[in-house]
Amino acid sequence: MVTRKSRQEIDQMRRAGRIVAEVLALVESELEPGVSTGYLDRVAEKYIRSQGAVPSFKGYHGYPASLCISIDDEVVHGIPGERIIREGQLVSIDAGAIYQGWHGDGARTFVVGGVRPDVTELVETTRVALMAGIAAAVPGARIGDIGAAVEGAATRNGARFGIVRQYVGHGIGTAMHEEPQVPNFGLPNRGMQLVPGICLAIEPMLTLGSHEVETRPDGWTVVTRDGSLAAHFEHTIAVTERGPEILTTV
Amino acid sequence: MAERATHVQKGNCDTPVAKKDAIEVEGTVVEPLPNTMFAVELENGHRVLAHISGKLRMNFIRILPGDRVRVELSPYDLTRGRITYRLK
Repeated sequence: MVTRKSRQEIDQMRRAGRIVAEVLALVESELEPGVSTGYLDRVAEKYIRSQGAVPSFKGYHGYPASLCISIDDEVVHGIPGERIIREGQLVSIDAGAIYQGWHGDGARTFVVGGVRPDVTELVETTRVALMAGIAAAVPGARIGDIGAAVEGAATRNGARFGIVRQYVGHGIGTAMHEEPQVPNFGLPNRGMQLVPGICLAIEPMLTLGSHEVETRPDGWTVVTRDGSLAAHFEHTIAVTERGPEILTTV
Repeated sequence: MAERATHVQKGNCDTPVAKKDAIEVEGTVVEPLPNTMFAVELENGHRVLAHISGKLRMNFIRILPGDRVRVELSPYDLTRGRITYRLK
């Protein structure tokens, strides 16, 4: 069921979103060659709990950590652990927090040190694609408009990035995953119509190769099948009368 | 955290459309109608609106008024059917 959130409820979600944004900023400041992914996870969890919130990923269908840290060809849902971050890696960090029952969910991809120009372009295009998707989430528009906007940004100027289709954005509120699903591809003017009060997590996942992905034997880590690098950006947004509002921001 | 997409299956070409519980009857085509539909008069005197089965359509079987045909009727709507065979 798709739920519409009241203004007060969106205020609550903004608090959760703010914590998520702060976590991502904190992790960014700690992210450097030599730190372990497990360390970043501990820093994030400590901060989330210090704000009176709960990490929403921990325990979600048995997920063992507070962050998802996905490196290079890992698209999403990489489990933090002993691994050490190295120079030149592409690190996607996804965080979620529950504050007084309301969820925030956001992600960013960081480039550690210098990387090839095509990788920088992948990251920048993914970020722009997210913004294009958010800009399309106006009242009266449809879910398909978001997907079409993301797809358009990902293929602009003849770019040929793979758009992951097997994983999608989602409605969000008192649960992390609510209806509707928000694919990163689609046709304009198709799908559910957006009305003020709908809250969504929009999250394009782009690759330098094919859109095909598979899950590692750990049951979580989603990697590109062809081993190409992947980037992932996500914001939780609310559709309001005045247009889309990003909730995962400080 | 990204959600795994649930895919809506859009029909499977391997599955025949024919249903086990369809009623098979024979009749005579009385009138061709638009959209490759036909009025078929059944042996019991009823007239049904019938469309051509995909198999006949694929093999370009022409149906003309006066042809004897085998018709499958849905048990849910006895006024409509599918022409599944043109009898000699």
